[in-house]
Amino acid sequence: MPRETQREKLLTRRAALLAGGQAVLGATLAARMYQLQILQKDRYTVLADENRINLRLIAPPRGRIVDRFGVALADNRHNYRVVVVPEQAGNLEATLTALGTLIEIGDAERRRVLRDARRKHSFVPLVVRANLSWDEMARIEVAIPELAGIAIEQGMIRYYPYGATAAHVLGYVAAVSEKELTGDPLLELPDFRIGKSGIEKSRDARLRGVAGTSEIEVNAYGRVVREIATQPGQPGQDSVLGLDIAMQDFVTRRCASEPSISCVLLDAASGDVLALVSSPAFDPMLFSTGLTPALWQELSTDLRNPLTDKAIGGLYPPGSTFKPMVALAALAAGTITPDSAITCPGYLELGDATFHCWLKGGHGTLHLRDAIKKSCDVFFYETSRRTGIDRIAAMARRFGFGAPLGLDIPGERGGLIPTRDWKLATTGTSWQPGETLISGIGQGSVLATPLQVATMAARLASGRAIVPHLLREEQLPPGGDQRLPGFPSLGIDPRHLALVLDGMGAVVNERGGTAYAARIPDPALAMGGKSGTSQVRRITQAERDHGLRKATEIPWKERDHALFVAFAPVAAPRYVCAVVVEHGGETGGGGSAVAAPICRDVLSEVQRRDPARRIPQPDSVSQGAPPEAPAPSLAAIAPRRL
Amino acid sequence: MASFTPNISRRELTLVDKVRAIQWGLVLLIAMISGIGFAMLYSAANGDVQPWASRQMTRFAIALVPMIAVGLIDVRFWFRSAYWIYGASLLLIIAVALRGITGLGAQRWIDLGVIQLQPSEIMKIALVLALARYFHSLAAENTGRLSHLIVPALMVVVPAALVLKQPDLGTAMMLLASGAVLFYLGGVRLWVFAAGTLAAAAAAPLAWSLLRDYQKTRLVTFLDPERDPLGAGYHILQSKIALGSGGVFGKGFLLGTQSHLSFLPEKQTDFIFTMIAEEFGLIGGLVLLTLYVLVIFYAFAIALRSRNQFGRLLGLGIAVNFFLYGFINTAMVMGLIPVVGVPLPLISYGGSAMVTVMFGFGLVMNVGIHRDVRISRQGESRLG
Repeated sequence: MPRETQREKLLTRRAALLAGGQAVLGATLAARMYQLQILQKDRYTVLADENRINLRLIAPPRGRIVDRFGVALADNRHNYRVVVVPEQAGNLEATLTALGTLIEIGDAERRRVLRDARRKHSFVPLVVRANLSWDEMARIEVAIPELAGIAIEQGMIRYYPYGATAAHVLGYVAAVSEKELTGDPLLELPDFRIGKSGIEKSRDARLRGVAGTSEIEVNAYGRVVREIATQPGQPGQDSVLGLDIAMQDFVTRRCASEPSISCVLLDAASGDVLALVSSPAFDPMLFSTGLTPALWQELSTDLRNPLTDKAIGGLYPPGSTFKPMVALAALAAGTITPDSAITCPGYLELGDATFHCWLKGGHGTLHLRDAIKKSCDVFFYETSRRTGIDRIAAMARRFGFGAPLGLDIPGERGGLIPTRDWKLATTGTSWQPGETLISGIGQGSVLATPLQVATMAARLASGRAIVPHLLREEQLPPGGDQRLPGFPSLGIDPRHLALVLDGMGAVVNERGGTAYAARIPDPALAMGGKSGTSQVRRITQAERDHGLRKATEIPWKERDHALFVAFAPVAAPRYVCAVVVEHGGETGGGGSAVAAPICRDVLSEVQRRDPARRIPQPDSVSQGAPPEAPAPSLAAIAPRRL
Repeated sequence: MASFTPNISRRELTLVDKVRAIQWGLVLLIAMISGIGFAMLYSAANGDVQPWASRQMTRFAIALVPMIAVGLIDVRFWFRSAYWIYGASLLLIIAVALRGITGLGAQRWIDLGVIQLQPSEIMKIALVLALARYFHSLAAENTGRLSHLIVPALMVVVPAALVLKQPDLGTAMMLLASGAVLFYLGGVRLWVFAAGTLAAAAAAPLAWSLLRDYQKTRLVTFLDPERDPLGAGYHILQSKIALGSGGVFGKGFLLGTQSHLSFLPEKQTDFIFTMIAEEFGLIGGLVLLTLYVLVIFYAFAIALRSRNQFGRLLGLGIAVNFFLYGFINTAMVMGLIPVVGVPLPLISYGGSAMVTVMFGFGLVMNVGIHRDVRISRQGESRLG
């Protein structure tokens, strides 16, 4: 069968060719495997790991902020929220209804959960309600066996045990805004909070700590399969303040009598800020949990600026509290001596203008000491005229006016000390001699913060360039600091300083002094000080002619500010206190009537407690809320009719 | 076929002869490959015989007996039944196509109650059987005559077109390819292939213009999966990641991250080779490919030793079919060719494919057992 054989031969040949073709294709497969599994192995291994390994960040606990005795002012507290896992819940609507019988679930929340459940994978827990109260949590915990898919999750929330008491110093934390993202993945955690003001902001980097990481294996749907490795982070460092929360609390409560006030209490030797109050304040917790737009609106439009720390960011004409600067500048320049006598007829005429003393009939003839004691305006008009604005400005700057002091929280302002050059540069007109006179009584263009006024007093008392600061290296050791920071000397003649301090002592402790009514009777605790009343608006000649109106007849916003700055004990000053009552307070009285009594009470209390040296006594500084701590509710500082 | 009276020169093969002639080596190779399949299905279920491995093992065990039975049945039975089997398969495919037309959507299955049957799978074997018979009977001088090639060409094109409509491009192409292989082995002149290729190329633009827009889009996406990065493109990328990250020795049994974390699609069916290469690396992949080569080599050897053209064509046709199966699947998961839904023979989970492949190997064994049977052009046979 030759044909059959021929056909078989053809088939065999073609089969061999087919086999050859198959061999080539098979070799292609092997080559491809070699390419993928050997040549490109590293690349695909990386891709495979990226596929499966998710790095999850563990937020470190935020560092605490404690006062000089270790009392926690900002702490972390557990915060509970109820979540539902749709996959485990089965019938989500029924589960939510059942949960609704235990805690209140609003319609909006319900809709949000149901909507999220449709959008997300069914194993992702959905938050039903955050910030559960203890009561609500207990009710859910008990019922959890019957509530499939419901769980309680624990988170951390910033907690301020003293509520609004030190709000401006501590600041607050809130959700990270778009602008604050630095690339640190920690900031991108949904629950992460960042310091927005105060110490919380200035120390944010240290308080924040270092994030821990947890490597988890996930599948293609994002479900966690297992944890591979955990690296615990580093908790944030605690920050120690020089603040004494007991004093802060005392000052806050003492200040509650005035609608808008700030008070600074310093340790004149160390520069520690013992209390820094700007009232009204706000409850920093509100920012932790999320502020409602209505509350935010209320806080940000309040005329009394509860969100601003007026003690460091409020600018006021210092008024007569500025007179010691003029006195020192004049003594240093030799334009007056301690014995120079100037006569005050109640006014001073310069060119066409008349400059009035606050005492209508005038003080008669005075020396410097009495001029300070009685706060004679004419004496200081004349002294300023002789000395000149530039020398006064130079002296004021040495005492901390005119530029920020560099306090360790944001929000501090520098104020303004005018000079000839400044005026020419900013207005293009030359300095008028009358302006020197106005500046000499701390009015006109002169602006200062309460912190600067207090710092001035601390520098007067010590003769050194004290710089106020909130942070301390460590808590106060028993018995007080052994070594005080070595601030450089201001280089002022000690006799001049002694003279000014003596005059300020007379202000309070001698009959006829402007603040004699506010003296501390105990001679060991007696204070010295200087009052100030600064005009907010110009008094017109017409008003003078028709007699000055009573303060209570003027709208609140146009009333004078009342200032007082004081130091104690008068013989060897350790504490200084400055108080600025915006617009003279409820009664509209001047510095000596309104602000001085507050200084008196604060300095009496601080000397009794003596936080610069004393070790804490457990009975007076409790670890929890302070006795009769003001309820940190916003209602307490809700605007009254002004 | 009353004329079926074999022309026996010596004696009929007894059952004992046949059983002794069973190529146990082939059975062993098939069992080894299937065994790898069971292990991988166990791994695909994250270390559980449920739901895939146990059922696949049951199917294999049940299919093993018919496979040997197919091998023992007289080769002339298959020769005579070839057209009937082909016809039945074609009817099934038409039935499926009609069901599709009546609005049930893309439908490839016929539910026989006990087993879901995929007629296009059966057709792969049926076509080989029918063409083997046709070319067995075709005189060598007629292999160059177009008039004699129209019938076998229709036998290939009609089912391929119906399968393409399902739409199952992969199977349609496999039908065309195995048809072409049988034409080639059957001795058809090479110029016929050249002419066929030219005709196809000429018809392509016409066919393209007849397509609707969505069909064009689908075809383009099929040829260029990068256009669909979340669909086919995503699957191929994940598959390449799994393969590449397996390296030389693999990540270990049950430890393939890509497959166990569900990044790998269809890991128990079309992408099971990827899983093998991920868990056992280059070594594992090459071992499996070697086993396939041995099976194909074995089948080629059996076919070429057959003394009748039918047996030779049948054995080679099935072997090439098996090769195409394996090649298209592995080339697809390696990203060498576009994604088509072709399972990996003997390994991928699925009843139809397993039954078909085992049936096919039953026929290969049949060719081996009956290698000395001579079959006349009309079907009479005798022992040589």
